Amino acid sequence: MVGGVSEKPSDEAFAGSTAAALPPAAGRGGKSPIASWLSWLVSDDPPGRFLLNAVMLLLLLAFVFAPFLFPGTKALGVASRVCIFVILVASYDLMLGYTGIVSFAHTMFFGIGAYGVAIVLAKGWVGWGAVILGAAAGAAVSLVVAAVIGILSLRVRAIFFSMITLAVASFAQILAEQWRDLTGGEDGLTFSVPAILKPGFRLFADPVLGVTVNGPVITYYLILAVALVLFLVMLRIVNSPFGRVLQAIRENEFRVEAMGYQVVAYRTIVSAMSAVMAALAGALMALVLGYNGPDATLSFSLMVDILLMIVIGGMGTMYGAVVGSIVVVLAQYYLQNVLGAIHGAIPATPFLSALFHPDRWLLWLGTLFVLIVTFFPQGIFGWLRRRR
Amino acid sequence: MSKEWRERLQRWAPYAVTPLLVLAVLPLIGPTAWVTLTIAGLTMGMMLFLVASGLTLIFGLMEVLNFAHAAFVTVGAYVTVSVLRPLAGWTGEPSLALNLLALLMALLAAAAASGALGYVFERLIIRQVYGAPLRQILITMGALIVIEQMVIVIWGPEAIALPKPASLRGSVFLGASSIETYRLVALFVGLAVAAAMHLILTHTRIGLVVRAGVEDREMVQSLGYHIRRVFVGVFIAGTALAGMGGMMWGQYQTLVTSQIGDGMLILVFIILIIGGLGSVGGCFIGAILVGLTSNYVAFLAPKLALGSNILLMALVLLWRPRGLFPITEQ
Repeated sequence: MVGGVSEKPSDEAFAGSTAAALPPAAGRGGKSPIASWLSWLVSDDPPGRFLLNAVMLLLLLAFVFAPFLFPGTKALGVASRVCIFVILVASYDLMLGYTGIVSFAHTMFFGIGAYGVAIVLAKGWVGWGAVILGAAAGAAVSLVVAAVIGILSLRVRAIFFSMITLAVASFAQILAEQWRDLTGGEDGLTFSVPAILKPGFRLFADPVLGVTVNGPVITYYLILAVALVLFLVMLRIVNSPFGRVLQAIRENEFRVEAMGYQVVAYRTIVSAMSAVMAALAGALMALVLGYNGPDATLSFSLMVDILLMIVIGGMGTMYGAVVGSIVVVLAQYYLQNVLGAIHGAIPATPFLSALFHPDRWLLWLGTLFVLIVTFFPQGIFGWLRRRR
Repeated sequence: MSKEWRERLQRWAPYAVTPLLVLAVLPLIGPTAWVTLTIAGLTMGMMLFLVASGLTLIFGLMEVLNFAHAAFVTVGAYVTVSVLRPLAGWTGEPSLALNLLALLMALLAAAAASGALGYVFERLIIRQVYGAPLRQILITMGALIVIEQMVIVIWGPEAIALPKPASLRGSVFLGASSIETYRLVALFVGLAVAAAMHLILTHTRIGLVVRAGVEDREMVQSLGYHIRRVFVGVFIAGTALAGMGGMMWGQYQTLVTSQIGDGMLILVFIILIIGGLGSVGGCFIGAILVGLTSNYVAFLAPKLALGSNILLMALVLLWRPRGLFPITEQ
């Protein structure tokens, strides 16, 4: 039943995806083995034409060599955060950009993953077995919770799903704050990560290219590797027959239903997949921080960040998640400084000063968000991809 | 049981939920606390209804789910602060008439400010996203953030204390049960607004058009009514109601923060889902149900209080996936 879709001629239902019209072999025909292999790796859904591909490849190389190109703990922290958010935002894009459903519980799954690792390690278990156990437990819980929410709410109409996820997410945050025995309440949990990831660890006695390869650098490479693999897996998912059905649901759910597909089942499955990815991202976040609490992984402002990233980067493109994560994380780290500078430079009238107060960065990002949804709905990457 | 009786039972069963709940908890709680909690629950339900009714009408008429509705609650609460501050002389006196007059002025100001903002909001934001549910959710969510941040810019980031007027601070006794005086005022205001709304919807021409529009928009349009113009009016009324809800709620909590609307939004969504999206009657019963459940559970099992409404919603959805009083058969 699933396999039939890719052979069907693409009609306006699939207009949103550029690759849909291409038969699978077209991307590979007459190219060198490397190009063909790269094309296979990205599921025949490259970012765009030559220039855009080159830019994205350069970005990837920049991340691979980030510890050497941008030395320093702050830069490494920014790069780690970007990679984690790429997983989180790309998995959100599975739902928002590809299936057309809005969830407000994505940070909840992020938090569940982080708490999985944090609780296992804080209870005194050590080593990689414990990390994997925690991440697996977080992913399993996320899978079940997402499936239950989906079955309860998606069978009526997609708008119920948005409202219910908002309610459940706020409930999860309260639960994490109240259930002190398990989650450490508002203080959160501090734990020790495996020895190889600790700052004191040295992989080599001497610096490599002037950079000491210590625990944080290894943590970064772990995150980068997981992010890359999960991103490629998600790219494969959206370009599979299953992914085509999702996009068809986004364009016209009634038509898909009439073709004999169980829309509820597809929506529930994709939201469960997305929840598992978010939980894995959360597990990585816990490893970076060595700490987890409600504010670190469950707060609603994180959900706002995800929305900003996906909308700024470009919905329904996967690569938009990368662009959005980079732009917003950089803005978060540096916009406060910019606002601080403006705050210092303008005359001290009460209203203007409050407007440019460094804590008001959310006001400016929120305004940007509304403007982009209004005037620029395809986002940065969507715009780049459409330019010929 | 005959088929006719079974159908009748199915139709009337949702109405029995609230009375059954109220009666079922009586032996668990004991009569004294039961009266107090029931009044408290009804009061909370009335304040929630003010906010939820506007949202459900807006959704019913134009299929617009406005996440920024919470922002109008917040604006209403902050306008109350600004109105009552210069009237401190009136609220400080232990004179019931002066106190109520001050509250009335705050209520009207909150409604006017939120309604005016609602008009601008409809023009700038909502008008672009009719019939695009995805963009609707995103843009109203973004607008919620922007308005809340602007509230902080104007009124400052700190929580503001909003003491109750002098004569409404204590409690009155009904038998052995104590009832906060302010709750009686809130209950009265809520019931008055609900009654006015009911009268307007059932006994005026515009109410008829609105109700017909909720049921079948195209048909009303084809009869020559300019549904968008009706909608603008409903939107302004809905946001004004949210402002009134914010005023009552802020005064009840005696503390106003920029997140005051967010907490309410989640309860309001639960009410809409329980009652059936678009249904005003369902919204009324849903609001009372949520208010009562919160208060009963907070008394019986304080640890469960925060999750009780989510649980209630899940139970209702399992029983009736489209809410207790779905507006259309579709």
